[in-house]
Amino acid sequence: MMTTLVAARVSLSPGRVGAVINRNVGALRSGPSYWIVLISGFFEPLLYLLSIGVGVGALVGDLNVDGHTMSYAAFVAPAMLAVSAMSGALAETTFNFFFKLKYMKTYEAVLATPVRPFEIAVGELVWAVARGSVYTVTFLGFMVAMGLTTVAGALAAFPATVLIGLAFGAVGMWVSTLMRGWQDFDLLGTGQFAMFLFSGTFSPVQDYPVGVEILIQLTPLYHAVELVRGLCTGIVGPGIVVNIAYLAVMVVGGLWLASRRVEKMLCV
Amino acid sequence: MADQSLIHARGLVKRFGDFTAVDGIDLEVAPGEAFGFLGPNGAGKSSTMRMIGCVSTPTAGELRILGMDPVRDGTRIRARLGVCPQLDNLDPDLSVRENLTTYARYFGVSRAEARTRADELLEFVQLSDRANGKVEPLSGGMKRRLTIARAMVNDPDLVLLDEPTTGLDPQARHLVWERLFRLKQRGTTLVLTTHYMDEAEQLCDRLVVMDGGKIVAEGSPRALIENYSTAEVVELRFADGLDSNAQYAAKLDGIGDRVDPLPDRVLLYADDGDEAMAEVHRRGLTPESVLVRRSTLEDVFLHLTGRTLVD
Repeated sequence: MMTTLVAARVSLSPGRVGAVINRNVGALRSGPSYWIVLISGFFEPLLYLLSIGVGVGALVGDLNVDGHTMSYAAFVAPAMLAVSAMSGALAETTFNFFFKLKYMKTYEAVLATPVRPFEIAVGELVWAVARGSVYTVTFLGFMVAMGLTTVAGALAAFPATVLIGLAFGAVGMWVSTLMRGWQDFDLLGTGQFAMFLFSGTFSPVQDYPVGVEILIQLTPLYHAVELVRGLCTGIVGPGIVVNIAYLAVMVVGGLWLASRRVEKMLCV
Repeated sequence: MADQSLIHARGLVKRFGDFTAVDGIDLEVAPGEAFGFLGPNGAGKSSTMRMIGCVSTPTAGELRILGMDPVRDGTRIRARLGVCPQLDNLDPDLSVRENLTTYARYFGVSRAEARTRADELLEFVQLSDRANGKVEPLSGGMKRRLTIARAMVNDPDLVLLDEPTTGLDPQARHLVWERLFRLKQRGTTLVLTTHYMDEAEQLCDRLVVMDGGKIVAEGSPRALIENYSTAEVVELRFADGLDSNAQYAAKLDGIGDRVDPLPDRVLLYADDGDEAMAEVHRRGLTPESVLVRRSTLEDVFLHLTGRTLVD
């Protein structure tokens, strides 16, 4: 009984998921406001890379991480890539998702059709990652052009950024279903910024006291940064399995919880 | 019977915590019917509609829509329903036409077919000239017509309309009614909720009157009026009204079938209003104003519940 219920909840029709994505494509085409959001999301990590990676990097000099020497910019760039993948997906599944859920009543209209909550969640997530990938691909192009990674490294890192987008997008979607109002987004922003600063983005986590290091290793962006940095620099250890598993759990768990919440909120 | 019914309910209940919104109702809606739920706000109309629309699970009782179980076959049922919700939830990010084509895709209608249908439906609801425009500048009546068009985009077997004209001005209401009437003539099965008696009289072949989650009467508008009211109603307003309407009602006792004192007027139910008025004058009463009119569903509702429909 339980398994049939679970199967019914997570079974999905590609056509209906496509229809959910199709709505966003239509919205994107219809106005310039959307493009402004898109562009601003791209520039942030790039500006950080230039100011801190390159600027501060000139003061820091080369870095020695696990016995490998690299420029500070080469150390920071993959982290900015991971951040870009995270925030690209998050922007869509938090602000936009919340707005459609609470104010535009988009999903109420959609749920009157054959589309199921799980299909909405999957469609929105795929769309969010597609959007985030515009950032990451461009960013990877910059990294290759600046000599911060190789073409092979970029090709290896791209699927990882997709996984990161899926992971943060899914969890972000679930979190937005719990939001009471826009004020709660300030909390989300603070959390996102704290992770951005301390997840081994600007300095190796090994430099922190052990307690802090362990705490950081429990947070998601750390795993995203580790994964992408390994692939971009070509220094891949067994830890990559843990990174991937961590992110995969976020994808599955986030989607599951998000669609359940949507059902609880709208199908009463 | 149950096999041919589009909607079949027995002892249908919906509870939200301690609150019982729908309290054991029985329903039977046949293909081609225009069926209405009439009742005041909070009567349980929308909760019933949401259960029929398979977006809300019944707490208890039996419910079959199009012969299927809404809990198990929700997706298959919704594929054949058209839903016009109480509050417009059109997509402001999309154009008028895209609102229809995008919605059609949720039902698996092909892109080309969606476009053809959208143009036909825009024609039907008289919005063709707004096809490429945004939704936001549309008037309330236009938005409602667009929502009705959206509900038709999958060529549904059953169309659910939750308060289709609430909040619209009289002219816009008549335009919506006229379109709904056309749908009815085409043989589309309509199920609607309303708290307007004129709407129910205009559109419904058969209706149920709901109050406090229960069905308190059922029948055609004509039959309900015949069973629960008189042919005519005399509305009397007295200069010193308010507190003394009950006293006037006592003096009017025995004229017609029934006397109902309301805060602002006294209603006199009689099959012949003029004859009743003659008797009022014979008793030496001089109301400030007199209106003799035909009975409406409002009178039925007042008789059944002791309250008016629209507060």
